[in-house]
Amino acid sequence: MSSSEKRRNTTPTAGAPAVELLRINKWFGAVHANRDVSLSVAPGTIHGIVGENGAGKSTLMSILYGFHRADRGEIRIAGRPVAIRGSEDAIAAGIGMVHQHFMLVDTFTVVENVILGAEGGRLLAPGTHRARGELAELASEYALEVPPDALVGDLPVGLQQRVEILKALYRGAEILVLDEPTGTLAPQEADHLFRILRRLKGQGKTIVLITHKLREIMAVTDRISVMRQGRMVAHRDTATTTVAEIAELMVGRRVLSQVEKEAVKPGRDLLSVENLRVRDDRGLSSVRNVSFSVRAGEIVGIAGVAGNGQSELMEALAGLRPVVGGRILVAGKPVGAGGRLRRRLGLAHVPEDRRRMGLVMPFQARESAILGHHDDPRYRRAALFDWAAVSRDTAGKMDAFDVRPADPRRITAAFSGGNQQKLVLAREIERDPLVLLVGQPTRGVDIGAIEFIHRRLVAMRDAGRAVLLISAELDEIMGLSDRILVMFGGTIAGEFPAGRATERELGLLMAGAAGRERSAP
Amino acid sequence: MSIVATGPAAGLPRWAVLGLLPALNLLAAFAISGLIVLLIGENPWEAVRMLVWGAFGFQEAIGYTLFYATNFIFTGLAVAVAFHCGLFNIGGEGQAYIGGLGMALVCLYLDFLPFALIVPAAVVGAALFGAAWAFVPAWLQAYRGSHIVITTIMFNFIAAAVMAYLLVNVMSRPGSMEPESRDFALHARLPLMHEALGAMGIDIAASPLNLSFLWALLCCAVVWVFMWHTRAGYRLRTAGASPPAALYGGISPPRQIIVAMVVSGALAGCMSLNELMGVQHRLVLEFTAGYGFAGIAVALMGRGHPVGIVLASLLFGALYQGGAELSFEIPGITRDMVVVIQGLVILFAGALEFMFVPAVRAVLLRSSGG
Repeated sequence: MSSSEKRRNTTPTAGAPAVELLRINKWFGAVHANRDVSLSVAPGTIHGIVGENGAGKSTLMSILYGFHRADRGEIRIAGRPVAIRGSEDAIAAGIGMVHQHFMLVDTFTVVENVILGAEGGRLLAPGTHRARGELAELASEYALEVPPDALVGDLPVGLQQRVEILKALYRGAEILVLDEPTGTLAPQEADHLFRILRRLKGQGKTIVLITHKLREIMAVTDRISVMRQGRMVAHRDTATTTVAEIAELMVGRRVLSQVEKEAVKPGRDLLSVENLRVRDDRGLSSVRNVSFSVRAGEIVGIAGVAGNGQSELMEALAGLRPVVGGRILVAGKPVGAGGRLRRRLGLAHVPEDRRRMGLVMPFQARESAILGHHDDPRYRRAALFDWAAVSRDTAGKMDAFDVRPADPRRITAAFSGGNQQKLVLAREIERDPLVLLVGQPTRGVDIGAIEFIHRRLVAMRDAGRAVLLISAELDEIMGLSDRILVMFGGTIAGEFPAGRATERELGLLMAGAAGRERSAP
Repeated sequence: MSIVATGPAAGLPRWAVLGLLPALNLLAAFAISGLIVLLIGENPWEAVRMLVWGAFGFQEAIGYTLFYATNFIFTGLAVAVAFHCGLFNIGGEGQAYIGGLGMALVCLYLDFLPFALIVPAAVVGAALFGAAWAFVPAWLQAYRGSHIVITTIMFNFIAAAVMAYLLVNVMSRPGSMEPESRDFALHARLPLMHEALGAMGIDIAASPLNLSFLWALLCCAVVWVFMWHTRAGYRLRTAGASPPAALYGGISPPRQIIVAMVVSGALAGCMSLNELMGVQHRLVLEFTAGYGFAGIAVALMGRGHPVGIVLASLLFGALYQGGAELSFEIPGITRDMVVVIQGLVILFAGALEFMFVPAVRAVLLRSSGG
């Protein structure tokens, strides 16, 4: 079936909403993920859906795309009730989905990825040929240029995302759902995406945008729906609302977006990095001669688009990745090869991927809460673990960091993202380290917990410790850091004191558009 | 313990994972076995009655059941220990076989030692040789990335070839064509349970059950303490659950692979104590008889926990012993039929472990979710 044939299925009834969800209910076990959720999206608009993690937005979109079936409720597309049992039904109804984690085959070319599942025959050549033509058309129509014969794995993230969008359009999507589309994009790439979305809207497409980044949603949408704890709590026209109002609706109370900080009074260097060189997993040099230091009473933030060496830098500092050249000093003392001496010298590390690295998901919380410190004699009696002592210790940490439920024997995976992160932070901070390395501290964490985590990081700094922060959230970097370093292509592309960096400057450096607007350190 | 809440059965309550699922699997295996029995014109209820009676109906039967269970405990524990480190040790068969060689070398060539020394020496010999046979695939996995499943399977074949060569050419009984060693000296044998208890004035019926059963139970306790109460066990489980987390915690995953496989191989090797030192009293060809493979089903059914492994071993022991009685008492049900029933249990408890998860989940959720 060609895409034009599919388009016929969705001739709109005049005046009907493009998508209508009526009293959708979904349970996962005892969890009521969607409660009587109703949503109406007008055709030819960009509609934002916001909410904290676990508010039920992804569930709702999974129902729309046929990954889950609603236990109760109705879906109408262009005024007509439809039964969506799987993604084929969704595609036939003209719905296209761009997932947060791309569903692309890295070793296929762009064209091959686009026709995947819509090859249109036993032989590939005719379909490929037609796709090439249509791709060129779509590309010029929507500013979606992508090299058709490049391997997807070789493309930067922003272009991979365009391939996802092209895939949906090629299948005749009239309604495009994007799930957290800017998570891995540099600000400039995100801007380009928004231009594409506006253009799609101009051509009559309907766009549903799921995100937790409020400023973006304010910039690009026509209308905003807010979800909280499985319910749809409010609908607002973007033109008549404010970021503060939406944030309050999301959380259910007022939130402080800015962290209160006293003026910085930095002391001696607690972490010094001299001419550090590190290779990535493929053996390519990913950190090139990087030097910097973090002083006592200072938070230094490293901004950068994912894949520019920040992760490798962090792993090298934590002792998880071999150092090819250069030196790392903690409080003036050089660290050894592995992670053990570093811990003893007072270096703590909150890894960016807490699910893989920071915690052991199938373990009880108390078992996860001693990871890296499991040799501590306080946790054992003679040769055996003293689990009662470990439980007491863990309960204390859970108490101090407000981990809920405060049950040391609960399986780690059963905690919410925010509580898992608090457990990692509790484990690392409660030992009062001199230097704290933190990667993506608030990724996948709800707004309430974000505030708490930020306050704890600032408290460490105020106590005269050094904090090195890596985050994909520019807001977070700008809100917390006393100094900001920008990484691009494995080098430090710029350094700014707090307050003097504008988002535009940082964005340009992050994207490698080196205007070299370097201010004096 | 810790593996209860992950995998396909994630989110189900503990009692459902540990009790209900194995029970359902067992029931399914028996239901199909029953159909087959019906098909060949016998009465399935009578067959079940005979099977249970044959396994637990009289003292001698219980002795045999426990004797078989001993083999399963060793090989089941072996598979479980490796599994906690994320490794599928398919080589229990070969490790048990070579463990038997180590044990036999002690019993044949160190029999100048008194009984009190030769027993621990034989245990060490069995464990050491089993561990050594597991070490090679472990090292290849840890430091060269050769997949442990492939290498341990290949090592089973190598073990079989090595043992056949040794028994035919080197260790065979002088003046005999049989591929078996000479008999162990009288003091290089494990006392049978009825002899040992008889010496203490307790009379039980004669059966091959011997003192290695106690060693198997002790191994269960040791594995339990090791796995959940020592740092070594913590390191091993961390590396098994998440290698990146292990690395982060200062634990070397390759080293844990070695530790897990060496312990696993040592446990598998101990199987020979029961079979050879306890009963056969000589080294014979293929004494492992598939126990190493059945250990996989035992470990899966026992959810990797020593208590579960003991229970699953009892079940398999009962199937072996009860099955033998069954084929003896009901001529229509041959020995091969019994193998089919055992195979079905292994199939449902091992390979199709999670088949009923969706159904169980649906039923439980409907009753709790409203």
